[in-house]
Amino acid sequence: MTSTALKEPVRENSPGAARELRRRPGRIRRIGLPYLLLLPALLLELLVHLVPMVIGIVMSFKELTQLYIRDWGSAPWSGLGNYKVSVDFDAPVGEALLHSFFVTIGFTLLSVGLCWLIGTAAAVFMQDTFRGRGLLRALFLVPYALPVYAAVITWVFMFQHDNGLVNHVLHDQLHLTGKPSFWLIGDNSFYALLVVSVWKGWPFAFLIVMAGLQNIPKELYEAAALDGAGVWQQIRRITLPSLRPVNQVLVLVLFLWTFNDFNTPYVLFGRSAPEAADLISVHIYQASFVTWNFGTGSAMSVLLLLFLLVVTGVYLLFTSRGRRAADV
Amino acid sequence: MAAPRSFTWSRRIFLTLLTGFVLVPVYVMVSSSLKPLADVTDKFRWLPSGLTVRPYIDIWSTVPLAKYFVNSLIVAGAATVCSVVIAVFAAYAVSRYEFRGKRVFTVTVLSTQMFPGILFLLPLFLIYVNIGNATGIALFGSRGGLILTYLTFSLPFSIWMLIGYFDSVPRDLDEAALVDGCGPLKALFRIVVPAAIPGIVAVAVYAFMTAWGEVLFASVMTNDTTRTLAVGLQGYSTLNDVYWNQIMAASLVVSVPVVAGFLLLQRYLVAGLTAGAVK
Repeated sequence: MTSTALKEPVRENSPGAARELRRRPGRIRRIGLPYLLLLPALLLELLVHLVPMVIGIVMSFKELTQLYIRDWGSAPWSGLGNYKVSVDFDAPVGEALLHSFFVTIGFTLLSVGLCWLIGTAAAVFMQDTFRGRGLLRALFLVPYALPVYAAVITWVFMFQHDNGLVNHVLHDQLHLTGKPSFWLIGDNSFYALLVVSVWKGWPFAFLIVMAGLQNIPKELYEAAALDGAGVWQQIRRITLPSLRPVNQVLVLVLFLWTFNDFNTPYVLFGRSAPEAADLISVHIYQASFVTWNFGTGSAMSVLLLLFLLVVTGVYLLFTSRGRRAADV
Repeated sequence: MAAPRSFTWSRRIFLTLLTGFVLVPVYVMVSSSLKPLADVTDKFRWLPSGLTVRPYIDIWSTVPLAKYFVNSLIVAGAATVCSVVIAVFAAYAVSRYEFRGKRVFTVTVLSTQMFPGILFLLPLFLIYVNIGNATGIALFGSRGGLILTYLTFSLPFSIWMLIGYFDSVPRDLDEAALVDGCGPLKALFRIVVPAAIPGIVAVAVYAFMTAWGEVLFASVMTNDTTRTLAVGLQGYSTLNDVYWNQIMAASLVVSVPVVAGFLLLQRYLVAGLTAGAVK
């Protein structure tokens, strides 16, 4: 910009200057247009994502308690203090964070694995037409379409100790458990959370895999059938390998969504989750908003973000789709 | 091609079990919403002792459900419209133009997907309060602040999906329009947008569902007058009683619009995913 502005007066006398001037508005518009089109998105992302992130990082270096919340800029600096507290795994705060981290990893891997498995199986089984397929497909999408609080609150009702369906079926009807169990407190809460998360999440995998299946050319199956390959062999040799690029994106998205999920545990357990199901986002929420330690909460968020950046980076490095996506 | 018995039987068993898994909570929701209170506070029963529509009448007076409903509708509707329009512009720029910073933009937008929502909550709260103090624009506690927040939640995914979708619309079409003297915006709205309707509908459905189902920001950033359904539904459990039949009735009522809309438009969603996210 500055260089053209400086050159302008010199060029004014040159023969091409008039033509140049006439052409300029159009050229500027063409160069400026993409930026103009991006401007709203850019401003919003800046305001709601990037600036808060920077503030969050700054906050993680401050001693931010409720005393300073009205005027957070004046909170005293604490250097790496919040980080030291967060990663001191021998002290209560760090120990609880580490525990929560492992719970979240275990939960996320199980949930993503099951969602992918069920979603893929359902999509593959429903690839060719049979009676009732359309109805079943619509039905399978219902858990995904339901608002999370409505769906999860129904599960809360089903997991109730005295008047819930789960205990009624397991204890009264099937006599599997000696006495009715508690599902929303204690160790069982991990499984309760997992079931709800899978129930709510698998239809997304189903949807994506269904979309991916439509891109596999029919000729591949016809050729395989001519060569004498059975249905199972076709699934193993054609369907699953063809889904590879789709799966690479799907698994990453499922992983990030499940790992960061706040809504499901929050509706299921409330503001503080039982230890066995203490997912990291609720844990940080509790550290910040229940015990009023915003500085430590921010440090934990930043650590979480770093972890996710590393995991995503490594994942993208090892998948071809990631390389393509990065070159957009 | 006739499928072998092992395949049809596996399919039957798997799909039956899965249908059961999916349907049980839906059945609980529907049946419990029609039960008298004694039926839902006592031991669970598969069949109600007597059918009643009482919960459907009481839900509107136990909590101001209608108000929450309107709030949710305004917030989710506005967030959807803004998000789609902004995403269309941004995706068009990325899909059709070469410019400096394009890669930085797409990577940045995409990577906001991985940020934990909890990271933004407090800073955003502080920004909204500060903007309010400095300019008098009330963002905190207002519907506007929530709309602003929600529209950026769906924006990255929407932009990403629409880039893929716009890429699949042949360039020759809008280039021909440009040659014929159309401006770039006219080419976008006359040629590219109509050709990408399935993708745009898909993105709109996604944006609406995101906003309609969000809990965390809704519970921190709303007050009595701007409360949305996500927070409002908590009002049915008091210290003494939990009106499970009313909770189920209210859950059903708030779910019907999104589920119906989603099922009507799911074809577009699959089509949009095929061309956009999954390529």
